[in-house]
Amino acid sequence: MAVGKNTATPKPDHTLLLVATRKGAWLYHGDPARATWRADGPHFLGHIVSHVVLDPRDGRTLLAAAKTGHLGPTIFRSTDLGRSWQEAAQPPAFATVAAGGRAVDHSFWLTPGHADEAEVWYAGTSPQGLFRSADGGVTWAPFSSINEDPQYRKWMGTVQDGTPDGPKLHSIIVDPRDAAHLYFAMSGGGVHESTDGGESFAPIVDGLEVVEGFDRKDIAFHDPHCVRLCPSNPDRLYQQNHCGIYRLDRPSRQWLRIGKNMPQQVGDVGFPLVLHPRDADTAWVFPMDATEVWPRTSPDGKPAVYATRDAGATWQRLDAGLPAGEAWWTVKRQAMTADRYDPLGLYFGTTSGELWASRDEGKEWRCIARHLPEIYAVEAAEPA
Amino acid sequence: MKVLIPSALRSYTESAHAEASGATLAAVVTDLDRQYPGIRFRMIDEQNRIRRHIRFFVNGEQVRELAEPVGAGEELIIVQALSGG
Repeated sequence: MAVGKNTATPKPDHTLLLVATRKGAWLYHGDPARATWRADGPHFLGHIVSHVVLDPRDGRTLLAAAKTGHLGPTIFRSTDLGRSWQEAAQPPAFATVAAGGRAVDHSFWLTPGHADEAEVWYAGTSPQGLFRSADGGVTWAPFSSINEDPQYRKWMGTVQDGTPDGPKLHSIIVDPRDAAHLYFAMSGGGVHESTDGGESFAPIVDGLEVVEGFDRKDIAFHDPHCVRLCPSNPDRLYQQNHCGIYRLDRPSRQWLRIGKNMPQQVGDVGFPLVLHPRDADTAWVFPMDATEVWPRTSPDGKPAVYATRDAGATWQRLDAGLPAGEAWWTVKRQAMTADRYDPLGLYFGTTSGELWASRDEGKEWRCIARHLPEIYAVEAAEPA
Repeated sequence: MKVLIPSALRSYTESAHAEASGATLAAVVTDLDRQYPGIRFRMIDEQNRIRRHIRFFVNGEQVRELAEPVGAGEELIIVQALSGG
C-alpha cells in the first residue's frame, strides 16, 4: 500500500542527523555514501534540548525545543538549516488561570503537521500538554480541550506520576491520509486518538498491560514509551510500552503484545521504536534492563538492537560492531531513528553521548561520534 | 531603573545592563519584555510565578512578589539562583 509522498525511496545525497542533548544540539551532515559525517555544533551550548526536527514539507525549517537549568522553556526556529535561529514569539504555555494552573517545564516532542497543512506543527510538553502552531512554530497555543479537561487532568496525574524528569506528552502522530486523524501518548496516561481534528480525544489502550497490582482499566496507569505509525500502512501502529512491545491493526482497538516473542532473558521493555518507511512488517527496538530497580541500562551491559521482519512474530538480535560487554548505557525514546534510503540507515544516540549508525538496516554498527552530552533525541532528515 | 542582566539572559539584551521602568517589579519586567521580546517568559511562567531558579533583588533586598512596588531610582539585579552545586 503506497500512501503519501513519504513512501518513495529517495537518493541519499545528503543525510542530516539532528542530535538533541542535555547540553545543546548538534547537526551531522552525511556524505552520499553515509560514510563520513561533518559535525555542526554545538548549537545552544548549555541548553537542555529535547528535540530538533526538520520540516519535511520544505526541507529547510528546523525547530528546536529547549530550556536551560535556570530559564523557562522555548522553541527556537531556523529557516537556514541552523546557520541562524530565532526564538518563537509565543512558546507553548498553558492557559493562565486564577489559581493552581500548570506551567510548561519543557517542550518535549515536536511533530510537523500534515503535508497539506504547510505551517502546522504540534508540540507535546512536560507536564503533559498538547500545543499547536499554525505559523511554522512562531506562535503556539494550547490545542484541543485536553490540557484543561478534568478527566484528562486525572489521567495525566501529578509530576510524581511521570518519568524522573517529569511526565511527558509524546508520540504525536498525524495520519498521512487524514489531517484530522491524530494520536498522542502520555507517560503516564495512555494512548489517545482523535478523528475530528483534535476536537475530542479518546483512549485506545485495550490489550495493554500495566504494572502488576494496578488496574489496567484506569488510563492513568498506562505508560506508553513510544508509539509509531507505519508510513506504508497507516492502519498499523507499533508501541514500545513500559510493559512490553505491542502492535495495533486498525480498525481494531486491541493492542497485541508482540514482545512476548522476544528472548526471555532480554525482555521487551525499552524506550525507542523505529519503523521501516516501506515495510510495515519491519520494526526495530532497543531493549533495556527493566529488572528489580529498573537500571535502564543495556541488559547485562551488552547493548543490542532487535529487529522483527514479520510484524513481531520473531525477533533477531543485531549487535555487530556494538560493544560486546561492559557498556552500561541505553537509548531514550526519541534517540533512535531511520533514514528512508535503500538499504535503510539506522541511527541511535546513547545516554553516554555516543552516536551510532548502520548503513545496512542494523546488520553492522559503527560509532560516528562520541563524548557528546547525554543524547535525548536523534532524527534523520533530508534537507532540500 | 537600572537593571543588571545575568549572563543567561544577555542573548536578549546583548548587554549586562538595561534600563526599564514601572511602579512594580511586574511592570518593570513587562517593560523589559517590551524592549527584549521573550525575556519575561524565561523568568516568569504562564501562571505569573517567578521561575524556580530566578531571583530578583532590588537595592540588595530579595523581592519575592511581582506586585512589590519599586522605585525609579533603585537598581534591579536579576540573578540565576545558585542551584545544583
